[in-house]
Amino acid sequence: MVPLTEPGTRARSPASAPDGAAASGVLLDRVSKSFTTPQGPVHAVRDVELAIAPGQTVALLGPNGAGKSTTIEMLLGLTEPDRGRASVFGRSPSDAVGAGLIGAMLQTGALIREVGVRELVETVAALYPAPLDVDEVLELTGLQEIAGYRTTKLSGGQTQRVRFAIALVGDPALLILDEPTVAMDVEGRHAFWASMREIAARGKTILFATHYLEEADEFADRIVLMARGRVVADGPPTEIKAVVGLRTLRATLPGADLDALRRLPGVARAEGRGDAVTLTCEDSDAAIRALLAAHPGARDIEISGAGLEQAFLHLTGDEAEEEDR
Amino acid sequence: MSALAYARFELRRTLRNGRFLSFALGFPLVLFFLIAGPQRDEHDLSGSGLSAPVFYMVSMAAWGTMMSMLSTGARIAGERAVGWNRQLRITPLSARSYLATKVATAYAMALLAMLSLYVAGAILGVRLEAGRWILMSLLILVGLVPFAALGVLLGHAVSVDSVGPAMGGGVGILAFVSGFWFPLDQGSFLYDLGRQLPSYWLVQAGHVGLGGDGWPTHAWIVLVAWTVVLTALAARAYRRDTGRQ
Repeated sequence: MVPLTEPGTRARSPASAPDGAAASGVLLDRVSKSFTTPQGPVHAVRDVELAIAPGQTVALLGPNGAGKSTTIEMLLGLTEPDRGRASVFGRSPSDAVGAGLIGAMLQTGALIREVGVRELVETVAALYPAPLDVDEVLELTGLQEIAGYRTTKLSGGQTQRVRFAIALVGDPALLILDEPTVAMDVEGRHAFWASMREIAARGKTILFATHYLEEADEFADRIVLMARGRVVADGPPTEIKAVVGLRTLRATLPGADLDALRRLPGVARAEGRGDAVTLTCEDSDAAIRALLAAHPGARDIEISGAGLEQAFLHLTGDEAEEEDR
Repeated sequence: MSALAYARFELRRTLRNGRFLSFALGFPLVLFFLIAGPQRDEHDLSGSGLSAPVFYMVSMAAWGTMMSMLSTGARIAGERAVGWNRQLRITPLSARSYLATKVATAYAMALLAMLSLYVAGAILGVRLEAGRWILMSLLILVGLVPFAALGVLLGHAVSVDSVGPAMGGGVGILAFVSGFWFPLDQGSFLYDLGRQLPSYWLVQAGHVGLGGDGWPTHAWIVLVAWTVVLTALAARAYRRDTGRQ
């Protein structure tokens, strides 16, 4: 049993301290949430501390089961934290929702039947005190051409766009999107992020969850990394990319000395099985040069981007594993 | 204003739902003409002192209005299944407005069901004084209050797959034991059972409006008791379902 300590590689920027201007934006003050399942309790979110200043675009990055959705639900007032406190623009989440300050696209959810696209967006607009012009929103989300369609006639990507329009139309100060591009094709994603840029330029505070590092890197001012219900890193994309932008280098190298490989520049970890070695690299360019210089006989070389899960394992090490037990 | 906009939206959606329209509006109308049509000259149905068209007009109005109130359950269950209720909860629409809209829509549909049966009754020769129509309608609307709560309860406690059978079966059984199909004999087991149910008094509301005795104290007690119990259960189901306090 390892005592509950901060993982060694944890990177935290001072921006996450809940004080000053940030307190008037989005704030999670050491919130925790557990669920009871037939397999026993699940600690979905543990002591998460997060402060987002107004106007910031923040990505909540993490693999499935990291606690992203639960964190978002607490900010929306859909879930009450067991411990800790959530606030949005100095109000409780449900007060902020009631005042029309929040628009959100939840992870799951289809659209109700027996309604048209425009009709649905108009109805949601009517629920907010100062909504945007419906035509403008339909234009921005690329729904103009299908505005007259019934919701049951839409493709997965179109449905996502309608859900995005619903989140936007109330002109909320805070926009929360839980894996918004999940059902979209490449073109759809592209168009989606283009409209997101426009929204961000209007000074909205944006929080989006994703498990794509590229999306987080490209569109966020700041990335908050979550794993196993905790924030494991928090900082600007460049900083986070250095932490999770790992690559895996595989090669066949008979008689390799793993300790020597581990000392090569750019290599974080070395494992071997038979003649095959796997190097987890922070800088795969430096590693491959050094590897070939030292071992010209290396063959079957393969470099691939490590998945987020792998990066998180590297990041949280074995401590998290033991903590779970 | 926002609640009003949402109510209009609900109403439009409901009127586009063909299944609902056929079950709550079409079905009782068809039954009424099938049953009461051939007996339109029967003036003392089973010794009840009521003509067949009047008796079945009232019964089928009770059926249609009950179905309309319970259809709230189908709508809520359907919305829960697609996550729409969660989406609504992150808009400024309050829980109170949301539930009020559901109940108001149910009442609007019940009015439609009731009026369509009145028209059907008039076609088969039912003629009443204006005061009688009004009194009868008011009692029916009051008698529907526990069913408004039951609709909300069904919607939050039952899944979308089972809400249809639950409604159909439930209304069928209630109709049978509440004297929808034939007048219940005083002193029979069904009569004793029916008198404890709000659906029985729904049919009686019609009869009262037609010149029968007024609702006895017992009816009001039954109505209030069911309303209290069903509202408490509906509130509990709503809170459990949404995690709201």
